[in-house]
Amino acid sequence: MTATIWEVFRQERKGQAFQHAGSIEAPDERFADWYAREQYGRRGESAALWIVPRDAVHPIEDFVDELNRNYHRVDGYPLKEKLKEARERAGTSAAAPDGS
Amino acid sequence: MVSPMLRNVSEQGRAQLLLGIADDELILGWRDSEWTGVAPFLEEDVAFSSIAQNEIGHARALYELAARDLGTTADELAFDRRPAEYRCAQLVELRLPGWEHTIARHCLYEAADAERLARLIASDDPEVAGLAAKIDREEAYHRMHADMWFDRLSGEPRFQAALEELRPLATAIADPELRNGHTPDLAELLEVMTEVRRSQPPGTTW
Repeated sequence: MTATIWEVFRQERKGQAFQHAGSIEAPDERFADWYAREQYGRRGESAALWIVPRDAVHPIEDFVDELNRNYHRVDGYPLKEKLKEARERAGTSAAAPDGS
Repeated sequence: MVSPMLRNVSEQGRAQLLLGIADDELILGWRDSEWTGVAPFLEEDVAFSSIAQNEIGHARALYELAARDLGTTADELAFDRRPAEYRCAQLVELRLPGWEHTIARHCLYEAADAERLARLIASDDPEVAGLAAKIDREEAYHRMHADMWFDRLSGEPRFQAALEELRPLATAIADPELRNGHTPDLAELLEVMTEVRRSQPPGTTW
């Protein structure tokens, strides 16, 4: 058997994001479909499955944060340290909310 | 080809009808389970073991319904009868030599079983029709599995030879009238299947 590895993604409930569930080995898409249903779908544990041949997945792993530009991050970056430093330079304190 | 036995369930002794199907499912499930751990590849091992377990589950449900009619238990029907009292077809009894024969039997059985289940679903006995419909929902997966293997192996001469060899035995699945005695393989299978149960005195609680 010339087997292909298929990655299986599972959606637990409609509207939720698909998550990687595991992988299966199957000679073609029809077998992959059956094995995926059997292992991840037919007991009510999934609303939907995605089955993708592993070769179709383009992996990226070589991340280098050359300039430490953490402000590029979509989840923002922490201001706490920078605020503290700025307040120290200005001689003010976050613990004095009345502005004295 | 509608057998008189299936045409009118209520008049022909529902328990006897159920027993024939239950025995087919139990014995085939047992034979299929012989592939657990030795199937051609791992995913198929999981798949075929699951199919085997489904068949034995169907047998249990059918035995339970028959047991109610006969005033006994599913376990006693499944394990405590003499080989001659089993009503299964010869097709499910055979200890087959290889994977191509196993898939050939699987394809032939599923096709005949679909025909049988369709008639039971149309039965005027709501318990039989309901159980048949429930079983059929799981058998749909088995048919998909059999079909994909059929298409994959259909160009293989060994598979074609196995199909031709077993085909004459398949007619007895949908028509109990054609069941005529048992193969020696059945007694051998029952010997192994009931060994643990027979090791303790009757009435033992497991």
